[in-house]
Amino acid sequence: MAFQHFRDSMNQSAVIAEPAVALNTLAQSSETPALSCRGAEILIRGLIANGVDTIFGLPGGAVLHIYDELWRYRNDITHYLVRHEQGAVHAAEGYARATGKVGVALVTSGPGATNAVTGIATAYMDSIPLVVITGQVPTGLIGTDAFQEVDTFGITLPVVKHSYLVRKAEDLEDIINEAFFIASSGKPGPVVIDIPKDVTAQITEYRGGTDGFAEYHEYHSEPDRPVVEAVVRKILAAKQPVFYVGGGVVSSGASDELISLVEKLNIPVTPTLMGLGGFPSAHTNSLGMLGMHGTYASNLAVAESDLLIAVGVRFDDRVTGKLNTFAPNAEVIHIDIDASNMGKLRKPQIPVVSDAATALAAINTSLESESLDTERLATWWQKIREWQAAVPLGCSGSEDEIDPQCLIETLHEVTEGDAVIVTDVGQHQMWAAQFYPFKRSRQCLTSGGLGTMGFGLPAAMGARIALPDQMVVAVVGDGGFQMTNQEIITAIQYNVPLKVVIMNNGYLGMVRQWQEMFYDRTYSEVDLSVSPDFVKLAEAYGAKGLRATKPSELRSVLKEGLEYDGVAIMDIVVKKEENVFPIVPAGGESRNMILK
Amino acid sequence: MRHTISILLANEAGELSRIVGLFSARGYNIETLSVGKTQDPKWSKATIVTDGDDATVEQIVKQCSRLARVKDVRLVTTQPHIEREMALIDVSVSAGAERQEVMNLVKIFRAKVVDISHDKMVLEASGTRDKVDTFIEMLKPLAVNEVTRSGSVAINRLSSLESFRSDTKAEAVAA
Ligand SMILES: Cc1ncc(C[n+]2csc(CCOP(=O)(O)OP(=O)(O)O)c2C)c(N)n1
Ligand SMILES: [Mg+2]
Repeated sequence: MAFQHFRDSMNQSAVIAEPAVALNTLAQSSETPALSCRGAEILIRGLIANGVDTIFGLPGGAVLHIYDELWRYRNDITHYLVRHEQGAVHAAEGYARATGKVGVALVTSGPGATNAVTGIATAYMDSIPLVVITGQVPTGLIGTDAFQEVDTFGITLPVVKHSYLVRKAEDLEDIINEAFFIASSGKPGPVVIDIPKDVTAQITEYRGGTDGFAEYHEYHSEPDRPVVEAVVRKILAAKQPVFYVGGGVVSSGASDELISLVEKLNIPVTPTLMGLGGFPSAHTNSLGMLGMHGTYASNLAVAESDLLIAVGVRFDDRVTGKLNTFAPNAEVIHIDIDASNMGKLRKPQIPVVSDAATALAAINTSLESESLDTERLATWWQKIREWQAAVPLGCSGSEDEIDPQCLIETLHEVTEGDAVIVTDVGQHQMWAAQFYPFKRSRQCLTSGGLGTMGFGLPAAMGARIALPDQMVVAVVGDGGFQMTNQEIITAIQYNVPLKVVIMNNGYLGMVRQWQEMFYDRTYSEVDLSVSPDFVKLAEAYGAKGLRATKPSELRSVLKEGLEYDGVAIMDIVVKKEENVFPIVPAGGESRNMILK
Repeated sequence: MRHTISILLANEAGELSRIVGLFSARGYNIETLSVGKTQDPKWSKATIVTDGDDATVEQIVKQCSRLARVKDVRLVTTQPHIEREMALIDVSVSAGAERQEVMNLVKIFRAKVVDISHDKMVLEASGTRDKVDTFIEMLKPLAVNEVTRSGSVAINRLSSLESFRSDTKAEAVAA
């Protein structure tokens, strides 16, 4: 088939670079003959070689050759035609976040690439493995302000793990292979491949395989023995230790090691937003999330701790609040794959630059010989249990309006705690984090680092495509929903049974909360009472639209929507001016929470 | 504190802008920057002089090390090292006495005259930053028209190369 392509392209002689060389190679190779094909086909074959069977994208002039080739390979790769490139990248992220595999998006030059930037930055901040392919104007036109030319390499530079501007088709195969390696190895992240149109037309040879690049970095995956021993000594000596765990636990698959370590040591655990699910929320050792909207017990436990065992975290300001009052009396063991996180914000007593799973496994192994007194932390636990009892998470519980917290609790019941929850950004995100107990890694998909409104719906679609046998529910706000709801039609087109729960509070709720609490209730530009009828909107897309306005309707509407065989948009009208508590005011001391 | 960082990076289009971009994005200061090929044309070496407290400089080293096309980052100034800058200086020399004065300075500073006309000279000076500074300072009374300075280039002394990489490990074990 590829040979056929080669012959086809012979006719378009203008684009043939070195046919004689290509023919020679065909004749020479003994076992698997190298194939001659155009850049576009090399790209597609390279994707397939790297295990890709799903792409999200939207075509344009600069990627016409690629789309032409994609059509021929449509049995090998399913392309989902999104309606906006931001949706393509979020969908690819959802796919990657749900599985750990590399997500792939394909967009055209200029506006296609700029529309993709928000998604790329979202993935970058949360260390999500992506390969984003952007079209570019032909090499001869680069730098001339050509039609739909934009410096994609330059624009994306600060938000990629790595990027390429491909100068010739011969480089393409190695670049693709390396891009997948870089995106998924070490600390994952997005990689951009910017491909000028003429490169996708050049004919060159395709070798096959996934190698052909040099590895530049060795990842310190195995911590040294003396370091592990030092860690163990510190942990055993601590009187008030806390595990502070984040996205690194999820992305390195360290959950099982973490659970067995925690159970052996009987130490309390508090996850970050990105760490939710990495340790089961309902486990007796879990104190719930920490930070700005963390639980009372978590924030106090950290404030009082004498040892913070920080795993796969980066001391983000939404976690620490005022940095120099964060865990002020604690020594810190910091385990993270990214050496630059060591001491970036808090200097650890023991830095362990390692993949979280590998490091925890090493600690588990070296603890095997220790016999631990299960009562050694009894006084610490007693304090913690008191904090938990003093200020549990809860909601006001009104009769005639749906409490947003209650919406999440009911969703938890109706889905039997098993659904993959994909949130957008805002109050609903925090309530989902607080009130949906996550059982496993990759069950809570959320934009933590960049906090991108509009992430939820397309990411849920991507996650659902990756997990055809699982219930995936997008929990979004009425504001964020309107940023990317165009992807409903993508879900309809490809029969992806997307479930969207809109927590409709008639406001840009999180901003309204800050205005209420910190700006004397000056509600400046947060009113969303003029919004489309979401049920009719759903119906216009050919989806099922449902609405609940009273507590009595909540459960049945959720059930009906989730059981519906197709795309369902559930407009849940909740109490308008409910606030997320506890809250640590930005930059404040995390022990000073506002509780209600 | 002033520090000199030596970065071994792939000699490929765009790689230098990645480093420069990282400095501006994270608010690090670049005092001087110079780049050139190494003995292996696949690799370039960038020497960056920066200013910052120890924690900042440590972050710079780590952030640069994260880049996919950076092979090695070395904080040259933590070890014995040799560092040089170069300057090309255009000075006006009208009278014969002035010319003699310049020649004296050239001699003292072991600089060179690399171009000359009836009323001007171009001088080349190299050495430590202080030396080049002083040389220019001394020339100032004589109408300096233009100064073009290179960034620093630096290399560690032969005695110091071994110990560098084990630092982080030692730190961890000591704790
Ligand atoms: C793209 C983008 N723009 C603006 C913001 C700032 N922001 C954070 S939360 C929020 C309000 C979100 O409102 P809504 O989607 O209705 O969710 P709610 O907070 O009401 O649950 C805004 C505007 C953001 N995070 N992302
Ligand atoms: Mg809202």
